[in-house]
Amino acid sequence: MIQAHDSVIVRTLGRVVIPIAQLFGIYVLVFGQHGPGGGFVGGVILAASMILAVLIFGRDAPDSWLVTKILRGDGVGLLIFAGVGGLCLIGGGQFLNYTHLQIPGLDDPSRHYVGILLTQIGVAADVAVTGVSIAISLSADDEDISHG
Amino acid sequence: MILELPLLVFLVMTAAGAILAKDLISAVFILGTYSFTLALVWALLGAVDVAFVEAVVGAGLATVFFLLTLSTASEKDTQIRRSAIPWTALIGLPIVAILLLYGAADLPAFGDPGSPASTHISPIYLEGSVAQTKTPNVVTAILMDYRSLDTLIETVVIFTAGIACALIYGKGSA
Repeated sequence: MIQAHDSVIVRTLGRVVIPIAQLFGIYVLVFGQHGPGGGFVGGVILAASMILAVLIFGRDAPDSWLVTKILRGDGVGLLIFAGVGGLCLIGGGQFLNYTHLQIPGLDDPSRHYVGILLTQIGVAADVAVTGVSIAISLSADDEDISHG
Repeated sequence: MILELPLLVFLVMTAAGAILAKDLISAVFILGTYSFTLALVWALLGAVDVAFVEAVVGAGLATVFFLLTLSTASEKDTQIRRSAIPWTALIGLPIVAILLLYGAADLPAFGDPGSPASTHISPIYLEGSVAQTKTPNVVTAILMDYRSLDTLIETVVIFTAGIACALIYGKGSA
């Protein structure tokens, strides 16, 4: 288990940097269709910010509540991605052909736009959860395992 | 053009430094520098999305994973003891390098509009991206729309990596 860091400088800076990093990650995720970035990079930035929270405050601290919550979402991102593909199937088209997303009031390019956005959110969720999960797996030492 | 040569020299220097470093923690940090320099090279070449991924994953996440792995290892495991270089490597590697350089001479020039990569299917993507998907960033349109099945499988790979890590390390991840 990672111990909480006891330096005041690190903890104070962490409180400032982590929300900014998370905001930037969400910006990169949403802005990926108009500039560099996208689901993968946004997810990695979100994962990095949460790993930073674990390293600074420890895993069980109240400041890293998001980490313990997000670890239960393993596979949700993949479900979102495949689910969008399934919705296209239900809409009467091929798998992941966003033209067949049955959203009323949208023309075909807009449906593709929405499809890309949804799948990007799926990729970001998958990458973020996997990154945090790998980091926590790697940091678990023998003591953790033997003591349950 | 002015920046490219110093960046490439620095890239080779950091790569050699990461290999020659005496202990693994220094090697990890030098490898992070290498990834960041490589990201600058990608950005110079116009591949901003690749540069972004390289900076975030190579210099950020991979370094954290390496350090977390090393933090649980004992000190004698992070020190590197080297034996002498085998003579087969001294002879074989230059030959491979010469062959690769000889092959690289036949590659199309950088940015050549007549190269196979620019004439086959990428014009369709470049022309159709905005009209078909309203997405000005063509890289995102290709990854998430035209080639979304590939991306789905990549996501499965990442998911599998996380599951495998959690299984190998036992009770690490919930």
